[in-house]
Amino acid sequence: MSAPKDVAYGAAPWRQTSWDARAAGNFIGGGTGAGLIVFTVVASASGMVRTGLLLIGLVLVAAGLASVALEMGRPLRAMNVFRHPRRSWMSREAIAALLLAIFTLAACSGYRVDMLAAALALLFVYCQARLLQAAKGIPAWHEPRIVPLLVTMSLVEGAGLFWLLAPLHRSGGTRLLLGFAALLLLRAVLCHTYRQRVNDASPAAGAALGTAVRVLAIGGTLVPIVLIALAVWLPYSAAMQAIALAGVLAWIAGAWLKLAIVTRAGFNRGFTLPALPVRGTRA
Amino acid sequence: MTRWVMVADLRRCIGCQTCTAACRQANGTPPGVQWRRVIDVELGEFPDVQRAFLPVGCQHCDEPACMDVCPTQATTKRADGIVAIDYDLCIGCAYCAVACPYQARYRSSRPTYAYGVPTDNERQTDDPRRIAVATKCTFCVDRIDAGLAKGLTPGVDAEATPACVNACITQTLAFGDVEDPQSNVAQLLATHRHFRIHEELGTGPGFYYLWDKA
Repeated sequence: MSAPKDVAYGAAPWRQTSWDARAAGNFIGGGTGAGLIVFTVVASASGMVRTGLLLIGLVLVAAGLASVALEMGRPLRAMNVFRHPRRSWMSREAIAALLLAIFTLAACSGYRVDMLAAALALLFVYCQARLLQAAKGIPAWHEPRIVPLLVTMSLVEGAGLFWLLAPLHRSGGTRLLLGFAALLLLRAVLCHTYRQRVNDASPAAGAALGTAVRVLAIGGTLVPIVLIALAVWLPYSAAMQAIALAGVLAWIAGAWLKLAIVTRAGFNRGFTLPALPVRGTRA
Repeated sequence: MTRWVMVADLRRCIGCQTCTAACRQANGTPPGVQWRRVIDVELGEFPDVQRAFLPVGCQHCDEPACMDVCPTQATTKRADGIVAIDYDLCIGCAYCAVACPYQARYRSSRPTYAYGVPTDNERQTDDPRRIAVATKCTFCVDRIDAGLAKGLTPGVDAEATPACVNACITQTLAFGDVEDPQSNVAQLLATHRHFRIHEELGTGPGFYYLWDKA
């Protein structure tokens, strides 16, 4: 005697207010920092440059966690976050962050654990993505395609910061630059498919993402790729500036989209009734 | 096994919010926090308009989304199906609030009172442990446990029944053990067409809505 499945009535979804820009700061800072650690290891940077970039990455991860701690009601109990790794992606994220800190500092101290640090950075952003995807109450977050999107976004943001700092550290070569361009394209494709799925699941959330998605497609993908292509033809110093600009544009567009996903697209499910009450006389 | 559930007969609800007021009085929730609330649903366009009142709150799910995501294990599910929060473990991250598909969870950052200063009732029900942590409907678990200890039957004896059910002036709300075929709720579900909200998410809500007779 259950309800019919082909119709639905209900109260329209509204925007969640539990998580704001502080929560988004965790995904932006943590994603950028972890992405930078991965990109630094992939770039085979060495010496002080490598140490400096790894430390910047770690500081950004810590800043992201500090940002979300500002939103916590009882921050003095923060250690309790480690209590539920068996089921909670937030516990897993915290453990991944702790291990990432340990092995990144070890790498900075001269131990040959760079690859392990990079793997933990990837694990950290994967935990972040699954953390958001586990929120059943928010369709735009619960959409499975958010996982590859967020992981790719974090790599791009880290790479963007790497290239933004390139005029200072002068690391990275043409192949790495082409890898960055490929990541930019992958991010744009994943963003497009994610947006399509969100449009179906939550039209209000899809509409709220509109501007950020367009900015990412043009300012965060097209323009940086043109700048990277131009860099091939420009003199060295001008090329470095073009690449740095490409990096910062890619980072801004990614950070803006993450902010939009967490705050503006955070519409809940509302209340959908599969049937209305039958009152009075029947037809 | 006992499985406590609530049943709301949508044909009876008139949206009077007496359940909301009773819940607030019994549990001392601050302004803006409504563990039991009634949503006014208006559908269609004039002249073909329908209206329904939907009592909502924590659905005490079989597979609570809030419990899985909770990083502290502050949220737990009892053997009788009641989803509980340990206020002393909760860090107030609000992850449960965004994971819950029923918008059942609240977090108050500071003590607030209806008239600025606490009334006598607010003073009696004030609980500093509930500040800056997640809170939600408990199915009045204290009443249930105390009633069972006295040999009473929740859903039948008022002393052992959630405050919202006792207060409901139209008998929209019913409470009982769905695993007992003779219980009031089991009888209601057997004789009426019903649904649960967002059932497709696999949460197994413990809150049923009647919409027509069988």
